[in-house]
Amino acid sequence: MIRMLRAIGRWGLSRLRAAGRAGLFLFGLLPALAYPFWRIRLLLKQVYNTGTLSLPIILTAGLFVGMVLGLQGYNVLVDYNSEEAVGTMTALSLLRELGPVVTALLFVGRAGSALTAEIGLMRSTEQLSALEMMAVDPVRFIFAPRFVAVVLVVPLLALIFTALGILGGYLVAVGWLGVDDGAFWSQMTAHVDWQDDVVNGVIKSVVFAVWVAVVALFQGEEAPPTSEGVSYATTRTVVQGSLGVLALDFVLTALMFN
Amino acid sequence: MQPHIEIEHLTFRRGERIIFDDLSLIIPRGQVTAVMGPSGTGKTTLLKLIAGQLRPESGRVLVDGEDVHRLSRRALFELRRRMGMLFQSGALLTDLNVFDNVAFPLREHTRLSEAAIERIVLMKLQAVGLRGARHLMPSELSGGMARRVALARAIALDPAMVLYDEPFVGQDPITMGVLLKLIEKLNHSLGLTSVVVSHDVEEVLSIAHQVYVLSEGRVVAQGNVEAVRNSDDPYVRQFLGGLPDGPVPFHYPAPPFREELGL
Repeated sequence: MIRMLRAIGRWGLSRLRAAGRAGLFLFGLLPALAYPFWRIRLLLKQVYNTGTLSLPIILTAGLFVGMVLGLQGYNVLVDYNSEEAVGTMTALSLLRELGPVVTALLFVGRAGSALTAEIGLMRSTEQLSALEMMAVDPVRFIFAPRFVAVVLVVPLLALIFTALGILGGYLVAVGWLGVDDGAFWSQMTAHVDWQDDVVNGVIKSVVFAVWVAVVALFQGEEAPPTSEGVSYATTRTVVQGSLGVLALDFVLTALMFN
Repeated sequence: MQPHIEIEHLTFRRGERIIFDDLSLIIPRGQVTAVMGPSGTGKTTLLKLIAGQLRPESGRVLVDGEDVHRLSRRALFELRRRMGMLFQSGALLTDLNVFDNVAFPLREHTRLSEAAIERIVLMKLQAVGLRGARHLMPSELSGGMARRVALARAIALDPAMVLYDEPFVGQDPITMGVLLKLIEKLNHSLGLTSVVVSHDVEEVLSIAHQVYVLSEGRVVAQGNVEAVRNSDDPYVRQFLGGLPDGPVPFHYPAPPFREELGL
């Protein structure tokens, strides 16, 4: 019994300590965040690595999610003779929830894990140490460009995901199930609010991006310099990144839509 | 001989383990100084302390008379530009090719034109014999080549000293010969201060002017090669001779074997 309490206590303390280190890590990162804008090539490279290379998965997933929404929405709404509302429903669910959340989840798996592995390997091969020895600050040179790139890219990816999703919903509802084309769009434009839906969705996305970037970079930084250590760290990025996104989504939704 | 690096009463520990215990040594300018000792004596740690990547618990490290651990971050970075370090693995940036790796410190720290950078880089690569390999990526290099590229990078800014971290580990005899010749040549032609941390006894003794042998956080022998070779300290004799048993026992501490077998 005592032993169990002790184990729980130890686990709790080590968690708190890790959270503290992550906080310090983020704090150390803040003053360097303007730097990537001076070294635009560093930033563009990371935007390409994390953003452009994530496009295929985001485009495909967006299209399919939208198509499913169209199908499911139609099946429910047709019973109430209001199948034209399927456009509104698709757009709202994508803008408010699915766009930011699913994008962030896919991004953690596709780019977050890669960032962790990259940083972990840079540490284990002494590249970070070598940068310091060459009087180049790794926080500015390695961490800041990646952080800024993630925060810029994730909201854009979420919007692209949403656009493709609406297209998918349109294809299914109008193209396949025969919902009226004009009603689909006019209902949607009438019911989607710029501030409530679009802006709030983007804000969510930015918050998720910050979370994912901190988790991925911090796990890479903390990874023990062995192949086992790096692989565990990558797993932790995916688990903590995804769970964190879902938990934050609940909090943000409660704050925004209540 | 004027000291370049002075280490005074340095104490450093990792957790409970004492790595250095009141360590003092002097590294003279323009010479090759070897720091030897078995694995785990903290030789790499010593280099990181000299470069200010780690902080000692007490004592100080003076480089050019400046206390490394009292410098501001800016001043420390300034100091590091006058230091080159060759890492064990080479530590090349994996997303840049050979040319860009050597050019990296020049691009970061100077405002030289691309043409001037190209000249310097080719000159440094020529010095390590890899001018022809400039387009290769780090993953295409052998371990020895990676170390030579890293050496070219370490001297790109014409530092006053180069710190070598286990430069010979895991190298074939030819590569070892090449590295030895390079270290000696660079030391001689550029007037560098070289600190070579290693446990490859014969290789190091063939180029060192000055030797320190460390054991358990202390200096157990020092002086020129002759003096260290003739040391009658039992530990130094075991280390230089590569004897399996001696002050460092062959057996990890254990109860008597008879007892364990129940005899």
